[in-house]
Amino acid sequence: MPEAKLRINRYDPAIDGPLSGGRRTGRYDEFTIPYEKSLTVLEALFAVQEGFDETPSFRYCCRSSICGSCAMYINGHYRLACQTNARTIEGTITIEPLPHMPLVKDLVCDMDAFFAKYELIKPWLIRNSKAPEKEIHQSPAWRSKLDMPIDCILCGCCYSSCPSVWYDEDYLGPAALLKTYRFEVDSRDEARRERLPYFDNERGTYRCHTITNCVEACPKELNPTEGIQWLKRAAVRRRLLGRWK
Amino acid sequence: MDHQHDLVIVGGGLAGLRAAIEATARGMDCAVVSLVHPIRSHSGAAQGGVNASLRNQPDSQEDSIDLHAFDTVKGSDYLGDQDAIDLLVQAAPTRVFEMENWGTPFSRNENGTIAQRNLGGAQYARACYAADKTGHYLLQTMYERAVADGLRVYYDYFVEELIVDDNTCRGIVAYNMRGGTIEAFGARAVLLATGGAGRAYGRSTSAIINTGGGMVLAYRAGVPLRDMEFVQFHPTTLYGTNILMSEGCRGEGGYLVNSEGERFMANYAPSFMELAPRDVVARSIQTEIDQGRGIDGQSYVHLDLRHLGEAKIAERLPGIRDLCIHFAASDPVVDPIQVQPGQHYSMGGIDVTPECQTSIAGLFAAGECACVSVHGANRLGGNSLLETLVFGKIAGDTACDYLASTKSAPADDALRSSAEKALERRIAGLINHDAKETVGDLRAKVTAIMDDYVQVYRTEEGLTQAVAALRDLRERCASVKVRSTSMLFNVDLVRTLELFSIVEVALAGALGALARQESRGAHARKDFPKRDDANWMKHTLAHFKEEGPRLDYRPVTLGRFEPQERKY
Repeated sequence: MPEAKLRINRYDPAIDGPLSGGRRTGRYDEFTIPYEKSLTVLEALFAVQEGFDETPSFRYCCRSSICGSCAMYINGHYRLACQTNARTIEGTITIEPLPHMPLVKDLVCDMDAFFAKYELIKPWLIRNSKAPEKEIHQSPAWRSKLDMPIDCILCGCCYSSCPSVWYDEDYLGPAALLKTYRFEVDSRDEARRERLPYFDNERGTYRCHTITNCVEACPKELNPTEGIQWLKRAAVRRRLLGRWK
Repeated sequence: MDHQHDLVIVGGGLAGLRAAIEATARGMDCAVVSLVHPIRSHSGAAQGGVNASLRNQPDSQEDSIDLHAFDTVKGSDYLGDQDAIDLLVQAAPTRVFEMENWGTPFSRNENGTIAQRNLGGAQYARACYAADKTGHYLLQTMYERAVADGLRVYYDYFVEELIVDDNTCRGIVAYNMRGGTIEAFGARAVLLATGGAGRAYGRSTSAIINTGGGMVLAYRAGVPLRDMEFVQFHPTTLYGTNILMSEGCRGEGGYLVNSEGERFMANYAPSFMELAPRDVVARSIQTEIDQGRGIDGQSYVHLDLRHLGEAKIAERLPGIRDLCIHFAASDPVVDPIQVQPGQHYSMGGIDVTPECQTSIAGLFAAGECACVSVHGANRLGGNSLLETLVFGKIAGDTACDYLASTKSAPADDALRSSAEKALERRIAGLINHDAKETVGDLRAKVTAIMDDYVQVYRTEEGLTQAVAALRDLRERCASVKVRSTSMLFNVDLVRTLELFSIVEVALAGALGALARQESRGAHARKDFPKRDDANWMKHTLAHFKEEGPRLDYRPVTLGRFEPQERKY
């Protein structure tokens, strides 16, 4: 019977005291989990919690890579725990919370700032014209421009991986900017200048230095960098040419 | 804690958020309290589409709202209440256009209209789809609207109690996982929108958090649970993980094939084939498996998409392709998908009127946790996403009408404080580090019983065993303990509290199934294989009692569609 060796990063303020910013304890617990054919990291965490040590805390929901709850740092890679199979990992599986995020307990990060930045950029369709009686028409060609950004599950991997976020806590970060792109490139959106003040500045697109950690980190294989570069070009088009899309 | 709102909504999925948007539009102060951030809700896992009779496809010009109603009534095997079904289908186009106008990125026809596909049991293509992740895109859009409205959301909160006083709901009590505290919310109205109870089963497409907790909140407070024996087994869940493989796969032309290479649906539903309603297809697959025609004699058949070609799969079913690659190590472009029936949807739930009102003043329910009933004995694909939009809005409206007309007060400081202390004492009593029986073991036993005996096909013997075993496990649950002692993000505590709900919904379902001596929709008795309208054209109501549920019945609300033999 195959076995998975786990090494889980632990943190409990009652044991380790307060931790500021993105610091970690350096404290790990180790477990060996036998399995039959297949074992995802999320399943392994439940196996630990049910059979070995009832105390680890972690987030979970769908277990099928659509909800974004279980984003973690596994053997030095950004992964969804539910989508990471022990079969594909040689040796010990080291499980850590998303780096640089403030920690609540063990593998649970505080996502409030991440969500606040996303909510700041007006992440909703902005319409000024009268509502049609039926659907707003959109051609398949314009719809296909949305394919990439709409698949974001707000898991936080990109944000956690971005060095510009690490050194500038005001930077909106790749996820919020990818959402900005999602609306700005939607043919139905009529925001014009409305979102510009939120992203066309030093805390927005200009803080992206095209490092592309986000592209590597995204478990859905999206490309926030591409979206951000589009926003930079779009902002220039607007300022110089008055063109909106 | 000092939380007070006009309307507290438990659950932040599509139904809960839609109700919140409605209540906010009508000037109410409302808040969503949810175990997970709303964007994580299981609404986001829905794939195939949301139904509305729009006639956007060239060959759906003959479709109509009336046909949508008929398909739904027939799909429900005539157990659905026809007045509620009319509400559902009549509001459908408006609600779908509203979601599109709010930004949902629906897939499009060449002429720019919303693209629609065929799902099971529908005579015309009326499932409006967004690739094969319709739920994900709808949920994102709905949450975005709620953000635009400035909706107050409390997440990482596990709601464990209702505050009910004088048959009036006045609030809730929740465990704040990040704060490690027990917090009461005073409210003049409470809406439960907590989703289904799939995790009473081991083989389920549900999220791990879909444990029927919201249903049991109402149940324990005296509201009956309706039709709990009617559980939808989705025909095509991925073998091994039981992750959903959308009905859209068959809608786009996928075949179901047994070990003999045969498209076996020809023997069960010659007219609708793979697009018969889900209960028919699930039974067909189960019969093939039981009779030894599963692939390699195993408990799965093949869902074959290869003939669709890579381009079509990439355009219409990219999510399915990714799921197969990541969770089954296979690519549906070159390999057929291994599928088997798996629990997918709770037709049953909290007994409500078509206006989403329960028997307790100020308590409402909508979405999968409620039973209106629009789905009766079997739900059509695409009607659940629709239900969240239609009844989310109706529930919001009903709650606001109630708030405008009532003088009832939210739980005051004294009531909130005593409710908090009561839950704190209860939880303290549950925590025992040295307990022997583990929650995981008990849960595994409950789900094994449901998987084995309250399945696609049921027998008197199996159901009798299930009821006896579940009664026993329910008693053992009463002495289960939480071993993790920290109150900070205590997963062990949450999973234990969820187990108590799981065993209640399991028992209510098993008992209802044992009592119902007929086959109707998704409830298939080998010993009573026919539908018996003379004796069983009625809804089951399960009332909570300490010694176990007491059942009684209520007639179905019929309408313009007379019950007929149901063939596909």
